[in-house]
Amino acid sequence: MSPHRIKIENLSLGYGYSLHTKHEIFPPFSAVADKSQLVALVGRNGIGKSTFLRTLTGLQHIFAGNIYINGKTAAAMSRKGYADLMSFVSTETVRVMHLKVFDLVAMGRYTYTNLFGNLSVNDEKIIIDSLKMTGMDDFIWRNVSELSDGERQRVMIARALVQDTPIMIFDEPTAFLDIPNKYEIILLLKNLTRTKSKTIIFSTHDLNIALMLADKIWLMANGKMHEGTPSQLIQTNAFDEMLAGTKLKIENGDIKFQ
Amino acid sequence: MAGNPKHIKVYFGALLFMAILLFALDIILGSVSISIKEIFGVLFSPDKVEPHVSNIVINFRLPRACVALITGVALSVSGLQMQTVFRNPLADPYILGVSSGASLGVALFLLGSSIFSIILPAVVSNFCIASAAFTGSALTLFLILIVSIRIRDIMTVLIFGIMFSGAATAIVGLLQYMSNESALKTFVVWTLGNLGSATFDEIKVMLVITLIGLAVVIFSIKKLNILLLGDMYAQTVGVNLKLTRTVIFISTSLLTGQVVAFCGPIGFIGIAVPHIARMFFRRADHRILVPACILLGANIMLFCDIVSQLPGSGMILPINIVVAFVGIPVIIRIILSNKKIVN
Repeated sequence: MSPHRIKIENLSLGYGYSLHTKHEIFPPFSAVADKSQLVALVGRNGIGKSTFLRTLTGLQHIFAGNIYINGKTAAAMSRKGYADLMSFVSTETVRVMHLKVFDLVAMGRYTYTNLFGNLSVNDEKIIIDSLKMTGMDDFIWRNVSELSDGERQRVMIARALVQDTPIMIFDEPTAFLDIPNKYEIILLLKNLTRTKSKTIIFSTHDLNIALMLADKIWLMANGKMHEGTPSQLIQTNAFDEMLAGTKLKIENGDIKFQ
Repeated sequence: MAGNPKHIKVYFGALLFMAILLFALDIILGSVSISIKEIFGVLFSPDKVEPHVSNIVINFRLPRACVALITGVALSVSGLQMQTVFRNPLADPYILGVSSGASLGVALFLLGSSIFSIILPAVVSNFCIASAAFTGSALTLFLILIVSIRIRDIMTVLIFGIMFSGAATAIVGLLQYMSNESALKTFVVWTLGNLGSATFDEIKVMLVITLIGLAVVIFSIKKLNILLLGDMYAQTVGVNLKLTRTVIFISTSLLTGQVVAFCGPIGFIGIAVPHIARMFFRRADHRILVPACILLGANIMLFCDIVSQLPGSGMILPINIVVAFVGIPVIIRIILSNKKIVN
């Protein structure tokens, strides 16, 4: 049996390295993600979603517990090892003067190009194919700083795509986007899980989109990680824990105001 | 402007040609007027030229032009690296504190020796100033490396650099306050920069250090490009951040340290030229910006040196004054014509 793409075992989240400063922000939990799955990470502000994603991508040390990526122990992996398995798009907006869309996407080929970063014909083909797939092939020589938020997000997805990793991770890819763009971006991610067998994990505050499009939801609420398909989580009333203390609730897969 | 990728090589060629032209002009023009015929005479039939003319060309103008070329290239490339690593348009080669460290070294040497009433012969002091400056920058580099290896956040490294500069400046101020007038003047003149004090042997040292520094930069080009996106993206595409930073800091300190050691802390070039390169080529790709900074830096420094010698006036202005007069209008013009510079 092939291993899970991502297997999280008794992972707790927190920060601080020395005993005195160690501070746990989320108690131990376990979860898995598999090939061709679109996983939505949901939870309220400050619960630790970004810390979780930073830990998962190796940008932050594992506080406690284990992560296995393609069966390998994450704690023992080098930056290159991570880069071969995972690509990442953060909430940070890239604003660099005179940076062309092509040049930005080309950066995703970092581990494949030679010492000077010269692109081969194959690299260029991969870059152009990714831009086509994300619908940005007409923008190839445009400046990144001139793009709209939705266009920039597509370019960032193309950049992650050319890294050619089995796992792709997105921190709030739909923040700042209008409603049609939100759906289109997540549909694009869903499409990548189907056509390219990617495992895609994205954090989001758009419950409707997560419920409608995700294959699986990781719901962080009340010190617990609830894992399951959208309908499973609705049946077990997991969302009530997240919405506890508010006037919102989930009814028939829709958010209602009481 | 040179936005079209296909035209870039043509612009590089033109800039190279201009640099050669300015190099020649820098030798031809100067406070003492020497004809082109005499210059050719010095180069091809030295016996027929008057010794004082040959002396001026060989021992003053040629080394001076070489130093201008080297400092222009070294400072521009260093500035580009620092602006990229710190992702800050106001970063310059001295942001790590290299010049403050060098100043402290020189001040300790010049002003310290005056406080203890040690009189130094002029020839010795020139070489000692360079050594003191180099020791100061090397120790600064060492400190910065220790900090940057331990601290993950680049902004903390930046703050450390600024604090270190502040501390060094305070000590220099104390030394200035306590020292005598002639030592103080020597120190102030050193801070104004001087392209004309390096000997041929010193120029050889500068050239070797610059070539090593540039080689390191060329091997960092790919990483500099990724660093534009920030530390997080650099790491997630496989960059070893601490190693990369260490290598870039070493090359910047080598390039900048030798300039400060032999010419004093020359300002503005390091901050202005990378911006001029970006404006001119309209690209953020370091495969274009690094050669662009090398070429533009050489051109602009040679131009500043020609201006500093004010043909026919019989005097040579300190280079920092000219660089400021040439550099500041350029920076202001760029800021006004492109409001998105700080974006």
